[in-house]
Amino acid sequence: MNPLTLNHYLLASGLLFSIGFAGVLLRRNIITIFMCLELMLNAANLSLVAFSRFHIGADGLPNYNAQVLVFFIITVAAAEVAVGLAIIVALYRARQTTHVEDLVSLKF
Amino acid sequence: MESTLPWLILLSPLASALLILLFAHRSKALSVLLSLSAVFLALGASLLLVKNATDTLTSIPWIDLGPALKLGIGLKVDALTRVMLLVVTGVGTLVHVYSTIYMADDEGKSRFFGALSLFMFSMLGIVLADNLAMMFIFWELVGVSSFLLIGHWFTKESAAKAANKAFLTNRIGDFGFMSGILLVWSTVGTVEFAGIQENLTKLTANPTFLTLAGLCLFCGAVGKSAQMPLHVWLPDAMEGPTPVSALIHAATMVAAGVYMLARIFFILEPSATALGVIAAVGAITALMAALMATQQNDIKRILAYSTLSQLGLMVAGIGVGAWGASMFHLFTHAFFKALLFLGSGAVIHALHHEQDIWKMGGLRKTMPKTFLTFAIGTLALTGMPFLAGFFSKEAILLAAWHKSLPVFAAGLLTSLLTAFYMTRLVVVAFFGHARTDAANHGHDCPAGMTVPLLILAVLSVIAGYAGFAEAIFGKELFHHVHAAAPVALVPILALSAFVLGTLGAWILYHPAIKDPAVFKDAYRIKDPVRIPLFANKFYIDEIYHALIAGTQEMLAGFLGWFDHFILDGVIVRGICAITWGAGYTLRLLQFGNLQGYAFFFGAGVVVLLYILTK
Repeated sequence: MNPLTLNHYLLASGLLFSIGFAGVLLRRNIITIFMCLELMLNAANLSLVAFSRFHIGADGLPNYNAQVLVFFIITVAAAEVAVGLAIIVALYRARQTTHVEDLVSLKF
Repeated sequence: MESTLPWLILLSPLASALLILLFAHRSKALSVLLSLSAVFLALGASLLLVKNATDTLTSIPWIDLGPALKLGIGLKVDALTRVMLLVVTGVGTLVHVYSTIYMADDEGKSRFFGALSLFMFSMLGIVLADNLAMMFIFWELVGVSSFLLIGHWFTKESAAKAANKAFLTNRIGDFGFMSGILLVWSTVGTVEFAGIQENLTKLTANPTFLTLAGLCLFCGAVGKSAQMPLHVWLPDAMEGPTPVSALIHAATMVAAGVYMLARIFFILEPSATALGVIAAVGAITALMAALMATQQNDIKRILAYSTLSQLGLMVAGIGVGAWGASMFHLFTHAFFKALLFLGSGAVIHALHHEQDIWKMGGLRKTMPKTFLTFAIGTLALTGMPFLAGFFSKEAILLAAWHKSLPVFAAGLLTSLLTAFYMTRLVVVAFFGHARTDAANHGHDCPAGMTVPLLILAVLSVIAGYAGFAEAIFGKELFHHVHAAAPVALVPILALSAFVLGTLGAWILYHPAIKDPAVFKDAYRIKDPVRIPLFANKFYIDEIYHALIAGTQEMLAGFLGWFDHFILDGVIVRGICAITWGAGYTLRLLQFGNLQGYAFFFGAGVVVLLYILTK
């Protein structure tokens, strides 16, 4: 009997998500914020995989829907990284900074 | 043949009006020719109808909405129609001939004759209509053509305003007329005269309703025949060319109201209240207009008030039940009043548009033919025995004597005043010496203008005689004219009113024009009688101005305030201020800090989760 239950995984996922969100809120460097965002996405992936694993159907197989969703998230995250990093590079070229405190011109 | 003649009468002026409007308006001569031939054609056909004296009714179906409403374009010819046809086409023809000279040098001669043809078409339509709906349509059309002709010299501000005034005042009466038609139709289910007469019991079943319907229909006559209190447009309508005043505003259109009342008399007859109101309105109009006429100085305005007064007499005649006598007076009045207007037109034409009688004088010698005809017209109007007006006025007075003494007294007083103001006009304008250069160079007008005058003068003499009138009215209708039993006192009183009025004016005004002081200072001659109340027409125009203009300005002021403060202020600017304020407040949230946004976003998600999972 596996001592690890669904709650353990969800707790770990929740911790990862909170750490990621805290990073987004607190860190100054935009690249760090970006990495924290990835952490949040992966926290979601972890909980999805855990749900799949602990949700065994009548035929004895796990529910694959959750795993398919994980692949979607990985794909979207990859695309997001590509676009996001390109934006950051362009931003750095334009403003010579990657600190969010200096990027406040989009306001009233 | 018999049934095509009415269509010929109706359609030939229409054809002329359309041809002038579409093709001939560039050529004055062609327009005059078209208009003249149309009116002569109508006159010839009318004479033929009068000669044959058979009643016909031809109708073309027009609107058919089942049993609720069936309307036809129907032309009805009976004795009443024939009298009116003869008056309209007869006076119309003479006025057309007269106008060819009077308007000879006018820029808008083609337009004038086109409008004149349009008027003939509309007026003949009223006369021939066999149902109220058709009559109403032509009723409006005469209003339009009257508007066009009053405003013929539209560059003159007073003429343009007078045209508007006439049209708008008439609209008030027409609204009543239309309501009356709808009331009748709602009960009887038809608007044809014959149909209404057949089903009259449906109307008489409810006397209040009948009275209301009758009075609403009477409103139309109040507007068109310029009765109190809607009389204000007629004196101003004198801004139009004088032939128009003679044809439309003396002989025919203003008499349409009287004709309409005679036509629908069977609706009015069962209601004593309606007849009483009609008699009162007519008598008051007759008396007040005569009082106003005594103090006017413009030759055409005197005649206009005289027309008002005579129309009042005719309406009062209807009110006392003597519709035959009223039609008889309409018939004779058309001739002598047209004669007087055309005579005044000849004077105005000869004196280069001088209309003030105090700037005339001595025209008796310089314009002998005009004077002769004008004098005959005056005597016929004032009730000189053995001229037309004496007979017809006496017929009305006699009926009033039997029915209502106050109306009789008003009629008698009106006769006295009529004799007074007409004698005043003739004495001041035609006797004595010329008071201005223009009057000194007066001359009789060309034959085209004097021949119509002579013909009308002859008619003014003979129109009252039973032999002549009966030939036109027909035996049956003429029986209604002298329906009242003769009373010896009435002609005596009428005669004394005539003598008293004429002598009074002669005694008062003859010394004034002989006064040597007059010649030194012709323009400052004083009227020996001066009553500001009459000269200012009882201040009715001023009262209307104060009432209507005052109310309108008050309403406009309130609406202006409402528009400025409520619509613009509260609604438009209010919405603007709320939107702007909301935008200003909300944009404070856009503080530019990325992490701040993320925080609010996260907090929002937490709040949402809390709400959803609660």
